[in-house]
Amino acid sequence: MMAYIVRRLIYAIPILIGVNFITFVLFFMVNTPDDMARAQLGAKQTTPELIASWKAERGYDKPLFFNAEQPGLVKLSDTLFVEQSLKLFVFDFGKSDAGRDIASDIQERMWPSLAIALPTFAIGLITTITLALLIVLFRATVLDTTAMVIAVMIMSISGLFYIIAGQVLFSKILHWVPISGYEPGWASVKFLILPVLIGVFAGLGAGTRWYRSIFLEEINRDYVRTARAKGLSEISVLFKHVLRNGMLPILTGVVVVIPSLFMGSLIMESFFGIPGLGSYTIDAINAQDFAIVKAMVFFGAVLYIIGLILTDISYTIFDPRVRLS
Amino acid sequence: MMWVWLWTDIMVWGLVVALVAWGWTISRSPQVKAQWLAIFRSKIAMASAIILLFYLSIALLDSLHFRLALPDQTPGQERQYAGQTTSALDWVFNEIRSQTERTYSAPFALKEHSSSIVKDEAGRVLQQHLDLVHAGAHLADPSQRASDITQKSLFAVAVALALSGLLISLHLAWRARALGRRFGEQAGLVIKGKADLPWRTAYLTFSLGLVILAWLYYLGHYYHVLGTDKVGGDVLYQSFKSVRTGVLIGVLTTLVMLPLALILGISAGLFRGWVDDVIQYLYTTLNSIPGILLIAASVLVMQTIITNNPQWFETATERADFRLLVLVLILGLTSWTSLCRLLRAETLKISQVEYVTAARAFGVSRFKIITRHILPNVMHIVLIAVVLDFSALVLAEAVLSYVGVGVDPTMHSWGNMINQARLEMAREPMVWWSLFSAFVFMFILVLAANLFSDRVQRVLDPKNN
Repeated sequence: MMAYIVRRLIYAIPILIGVNFITFVLFFMVNTPDDMARAQLGAKQTTPELIASWKAERGYDKPLFFNAEQPGLVKLSDTLFVEQSLKLFVFDFGKSDAGRDIASDIQERMWPSLAIALPTFAIGLITTITLALLIVLFRATVLDTTAMVIAVMIMSISGLFYIIAGQVLFSKILHWVPISGYEPGWASVKFLILPVLIGVFAGLGAGTRWYRSIFLEEINRDYVRTARAKGLSEISVLFKHVLRNGMLPILTGVVVVIPSLFMGSLIMESFFGIPGLGSYTIDAINAQDFAIVKAMVFFGAVLYIIGLILTDISYTIFDPRVRLS
Repeated sequence: MMWVWLWTDIMVWGLVVALVAWGWTISRSPQVKAQWLAIFRSKIAMASAIILLFYLSIALLDSLHFRLALPDQTPGQERQYAGQTTSALDWVFNEIRSQTERTYSAPFALKEHSSSIVKDEAGRVLQQHLDLVHAGAHLADPSQRASDITQKSLFAVAVALALSGLLISLHLAWRARALGRRFGEQAGLVIKGKADLPWRTAYLTFSLGLVILAWLYYLGHYYHVLGTDKVGGDVLYQSFKSVRTGVLIGVLTTLVMLPLALILGISAGLFRGWVDDVIQYLYTTLNSIPGILLIAASVLVMQTIITNNPQWFETATERADFRLLVLVLILGLTSWTSLCRLLRAETLKISQVEYVTAARAFGVSRFKIITRHILPNVMHIVLIAVVLDFSALVLAEAVLSYVGVGVDPTMHSWGNMINQARLEMAREPMVWWSLFSAFVFMFILVLAANLFSDRVQRVLDPKNN
């Protein structure tokens, strides 16, 4: 098990290098370090010396991928790409181009992001699984068909409509919750209720359909027939046997996203004015702050890879037949 | 008139030609034909397909672009053309498009939505809602509005019904001839719902669609059926223009993504070894980058390139079109990974099957093995992925435009309409009709696509048999 995890982590290194490479190429395709310096320093007081010192301070004065002035292999290693990537691998995100410490920014903004993403995820998962099981209980009845039609309809509406309609209804007309904003601590609850509920509702359609099809596949298995033959009620067959066996395919889809919850939701955060990582990223993209974009892409990739490893580990926990090798 | 072929026009018409060719080939293969008939045997799938056809026709109509010749030409000189590119849809909507008001007005309103300060003849300052310039200008008295709307609605519905009746009987006659039946016999079977396919549903959906279109179009000439936006533009026209953007993003992205996914997925599964390693590395890397970040970063890069090279584009339409093209390319380049993974797994499985081993033993070339044995056997995965992706992409356009990395802000799209609506909803009293129109137009398209893809999945996925 340990050996497996270590091997997966080593395998992650070329992937992360690739991720960095893509970010680099994309960003420096149109931006030269000079452009970045000019944008950050402001157009008025820039002199060639100031630009040079800005670049030297942040390490942007080296060539991108190939340093012709150096001998041998150092031609490739003494470059902007290698230097900046190496720092990321030890999670030294450095300072943003505007001069703020990225690591502390991420730490600070992670919690508001989690405060939305985690409840949305947990409540959403529990609701959709319960609903799916109930629909399976009433399978092949009018209830089943109606529920599936409603699920397709929920899926066919853009998430933006749910957000706008929710804000208009609950904040503007009913005045139940504030329209947007955030406060640290427990006071944040009143700001979080609406985005969490909207997030859960928007995911109901796709989730219920997906889990329903998983459970329907399970319900024709032999163990279900045996359980029924034992005289178990349909409810306990579903919630005890089918649910546990259905967990395996559910896990494949679910565990991989758990670490990514830290990244927050771009749309929710910007609509509800929540100072999380999603809005952080979108601001950085708009301000062309390469250091932040690079750090967030790297962070996201690391979380994704952790998710993949967690998925494999969770298999061994839920299905003892699976051995990692 | 001078034809203008925008990049996306060429792509979408090319796709139509390819689809027709593909349809012709599959019509000669009895198995595949039987599968498609099975898909259309469902009433819901038939109705959805008709709705999708309506959207596709609007998008195609909007993909015929030209520049009109200016009216006053001096003879002997080179003909002068208007700087603005118009499409066939613009031409159809010419009158509705030109009937702009000053500002917001509600659907079927005769007066502006917000009040303005005016001076009356006696010089007193009044606050009142001004009359709209175009909407209801033909009415002698505002009180006639209700009866006028009813009258015009009845006329539009009657014309639409007559037209659809004519088209349906033509189709009936063609079907009857193809099947060697008499016209009345075929009509009877369709009405009883006993024809080979649920034609009754198809005819009903078609008539309903035609009636709605005719009603919107005819009344659009006399009122603003869906209201006007901030600068007085007709929302009905904007909603129709947005159809092309949504449909094209859904359709053309597939065109970009498919070859990549097919070539890489099949090679990985068939050749294995280092080819497989490289391809797996490629898609794991692309997958690890948070999707929207990758798209946003790529779009911003392209945006900078476009602003730095204004000389590439003759008109604003061409620039907006180029941006749509780039967006489609980016979406395609970032979304091939999941299909590629499925295709790789399936190819791995198929290449172990006896008939492929046999073919290899007989010395059949790799290329032949791919085209004869592998491609036909992975086609159902491709089709399911394509129809599933379509609705996801239409929805994605709205989100991307909202984040500011979608289509050009000057291009009509549902995403841009929703984006504006966000501010409109905060106004007092609320301006709801832009959001409502975008909602309805998008919902119908995505719902139809989802229902259709459900059916395709049910019929084609071997797991369900």
